[in-house]
Amino acid sequence: MLGLYIHFPFCVQKCNYCDFLSGPISSRDVVQDYLQALEKELTIYHDFLKRDGNLKLETIYLGGGTPSLLETHELVRVLEKCRDLFNWSPQMEVTLEANPGTVDIKKLVQLKKAGLNRLSFGVQSFDQNLLASMGRIHSPKMAKESIMAAKEAGFKNISLDLMYGLPEQSLGQWEETLVQTIELDVQHISVYGLKVEEGTVWGEWESEGRLSLPEEDVVLTMRKYANKILRQAGFVRYEISNYARPGYESRHNLGYWTGKPYLGLGLGASSDYWNRRFVNTSNMEHYIFLLKRGQLPVTEEEILSFRQRMGETIFLGLRLSTGLDLEQFKKRYGVEIEVIYGAEIEKLKKMGLLKINQGHLQLTTKAVSIANYVFTFFV
Amino acid sequence: MTQDWQKHIRNFCIIAHIDHGKSTLADRLLEYTGAVSDREMEEQLLDKMDLERERGITIKLKAVRLNYKAKDGEVYQLNLIDTPGHVDFTYEVSRSLAACEGALLIVDAAQGIEAQTLANVYLALEHDLEIIPVINKIDLPSAEPDRVKQEIEEVIGLDASQAILTSAKTGEGTQEILEAIVQRIPAPQGEVDKPLRALIFDSFFDPYKGAIPNIRVVEGEVKKGAKIKMMSSGKTFEVTDVGIYTPALQPVESLAAGEVGFIAASIKNVKDTRVGDTITEEDRPASEPLPGYKKATPMVYCGLYPIETNQYEDLRDALEKLQLNDASLLYEPETSTALGFGFRCGFLGLLHMEIVKERLEREYDLQLITTAPSVIYQVIKTDGEVMMVDNPTNLPDSSQVEAIEEPYVEASIIVPSDYVGSVMELCQEKRGQFDNMEYVAQNRVVMTYTLPLSEIIFDFFDALKSRTRGYASFDYEFKGYFEADLVKLDIMINGEVVDALSCIVHKEKAYYRGRVLAQKLRKLIPRQLFEVPIQAAIGNKIIARETVKAMRKDVLEKCYGGDISRKRKLLEKQKEGKKRMKQVGSVEIPQEAFMAVLSIDE
Repeated sequence: MLGLYIHFPFCVQKCNYCDFLSGPISSRDVVQDYLQALEKELTIYHDFLKRDGNLKLETIYLGGGTPSLLETHELVRVLEKCRDLFNWSPQMEVTLEANPGTVDIKKLVQLKKAGLNRLSFGVQSFDQNLLASMGRIHSPKMAKESIMAAKEAGFKNISLDLMYGLPEQSLGQWEETLVQTIELDVQHISVYGLKVEEGTVWGEWESEGRLSLPEEDVVLTMRKYANKILRQAGFVRYEISNYARPGYESRHNLGYWTGKPYLGLGLGASSDYWNRRFVNTSNMEHYIFLLKRGQLPVTEEEILSFRQRMGETIFLGLRLSTGLDLEQFKKRYGVEIEVIYGAEIEKLKKMGLLKINQGHLQLTTKAVSIANYVFTFFV
Repeated sequence: MTQDWQKHIRNFCIIAHIDHGKSTLADRLLEYTGAVSDREMEEQLLDKMDLERERGITIKLKAVRLNYKAKDGEVYQLNLIDTPGHVDFTYEVSRSLAACEGALLIVDAAQGIEAQTLANVYLALEHDLEIIPVINKIDLPSAEPDRVKQEIEEVIGLDASQAILTSAKTGEGTQEILEAIVQRIPAPQGEVDKPLRALIFDSFFDPYKGAIPNIRVVEGEVKKGAKIKMMSSGKTFEVTDVGIYTPALQPVESLAAGEVGFIAASIKNVKDTRVGDTITEEDRPASEPLPGYKKATPMVYCGLYPIETNQYEDLRDALEKLQLNDASLLYEPETSTALGFGFRCGFLGLLHMEIVKERLEREYDLQLITTAPSVIYQVIKTDGEVMMVDNPTNLPDSSQVEAIEEPYVEASIIVPSDYVGSVMELCQEKRGQFDNMEYVAQNRVVMTYTLPLSEIIFDFFDALKSRTRGYASFDYEFKGYFEADLVKLDIMINGEVVDALSCIVHKEKAYYRGRVLAQKLRKLIPRQLFEVPIQAAIGNKIIARETVKAMRKDVLEKCYGGDISRKRKLLEKQKEGKKRMKQVGSVEIPQEAFMAVLSIDE
């Protein structure tokens, strides 16, 4: 059982907050070379996995960048390659990240035919001014049209991303975006608080003091609005930043949070497999060059200590509202969590930040917004 | 009387301001006399400690023997004793001066005499040393050797007509210096037959041979196997090694009157090689120890505390070892309610304090909290008792205090005349009292001020540098204790007085300082799970209040496959940061907070 992540580092233009590995397409040739390299990478992994007898995929996630920017036939070819090389079952979750305005019904129908069954739209906001200030290329209208098209094409599992805590964003604007989101009747919503990263346009503005971000109180209230409005609409906050209608949780992402192995393909992608964490080169020429020579483009590798693994298992598990499965923990590490972290857990329980519920270790409600503080006890 | 065989010995040191090229010149002398081969020649050989290299200053003294064949055809033994140049290390300078007969006075040909040079020259004159003026860096385009000569004559009153012009960088003038040492510095005296009297002017600890004193033999002779006695303690040892520095350690048969070198004698306890002590023979002791040692008097005190309480023993051991290398470091155990067990340490000055702290952290791998430095206050209590207070926490309640006196220094500041106004302004802000101003050259003046030492240990030197664009040089010496209107400023965090943050300040400045300090602490103390009030108080009166808001948001919003390693490392870093903080009550306070009081701009 395995999750496959495939990265497409192409977009129309870089958004002001974006620190992902992505950029505008410089030439069609690069895209061709890149896709060829990707196919080679898939083939190499296939050979390894075959030896391991582990060709059964559970999820595929095409992320970016804006993968939906690729031509339909290009995306179809990637999916078909996966189908050829791995055991493909109808139960698989196959997601594509899409930006409003880069897909139409025709494209979506063909992709669905090729096996795609989940779409994740980068909507971010339904406020035209905010979208423009973020450097997004779409309008609220385009977002709605894209989602309608997805439904028409027969997609039953649609997610969208929203962002809050944006410069100049008011509580009213945020509430409005949430209300319009509900009306679209999708199955899954990711809600991210803005984190201004170095090396982004906004990061630069912030260092120059030109970014007017909402106060912390406002930002916290925004999260509360999301919790309340989405809960009333039948969504469950199953992870710190993710809400879903029951049964529509992102299986691919649940894999990350529950410590399942995954392979990341494409530029700069990370994998966790064979008990190793490894990362592909983030240099395009290098990536293409290595794969042309039949080599894996891995340039960084990390072997985590037992203790680091445990720490990760705990902080990833605690991100989930169901929490960390203590039975699973014991099965994986051969030891009760209390043996290693008894004192920490006791202390945090006393502080009202952790609780144990039906064999799971969970963050309390008040701990969610200061989760990092709790996590530092385990790393 | 100089004995025949002593005629070929010269003991000398080098006096210079920081950056005037002392270390480079010493390297040239070593090179010229072949004490080191080119291959061994590393820039600035004498400055060995990493810290010295980085800061470009000399902290520990060393003694090197050079063999020089002079123009007269004779080979001379020249003992170069290296000295520190910074004002904090006056005591160390005095020790090396006492071991010499002469000194090279190095003055930068472009910059002229600086305040620190002046102080050291006066010290050398007190020791009756023959002083050879050397004007260095004559290769610089801005060099003005004639002006500098004039300065030497006018300011110090030395005959500069025989001053040697050199460039330590190019090596020009090196031979002239060596000749001058031979011709102008007197040979040592002292009879070899008399009972041994040797001066310990430095010592260091060797893990295999124990404490090793560096000595200048003044009378008599010391050989391997000799039974020696420390005159201050009466303890006796048997000499296992006698040697010199070339600069590598090299064993010799003996060291006789007039010579400089080291001895090893299986001295286990570091305290038995007290710098300034006189070594004599066990069987035939000298009647009198050598005179003239000024004991180090620390001017600045601060508390040193391990962040991890289990490092207390390690800190004590490290201080004990450091003290061997650094006779002017004082320490005694103290307890702080906020910081636990630690030591109150006395230093010669702020630089000395920083160096000791850095050495403890680097060489002994300790994590330390330093409390804000304080001077020693003299408190006259209402019952007539006089007490010395080196820790603000120990200041008695104001109802029991008749008067508080604080140490004042006489500061000399040499500065281009354009900056006189800025310097006056600064000294006034620092409660200084103007004493005198004199022109030392056409456009340079020396200004004399009486200043409270406590004002100097804050940010005086940095402020002076910035207001004079680095042109001012500065030196001070202790003047005396005078009464001042002082109060204790307490800081309360989360309602509790944090003793380690208390300071004694002038009443007029107390409000300002309290306010700024509270603001500063608000920025330095990270958010805790609860709201933390910070208050500044004089007695029972709160004069400032700030609040560190409760931590309400600290969460990684996105965490997917590619983020996990990075996020784990971020969390690890966050945890590391937490470890470096000191838990005081229920509040975690970072190291820097305890030094915050130091960097309050006025």
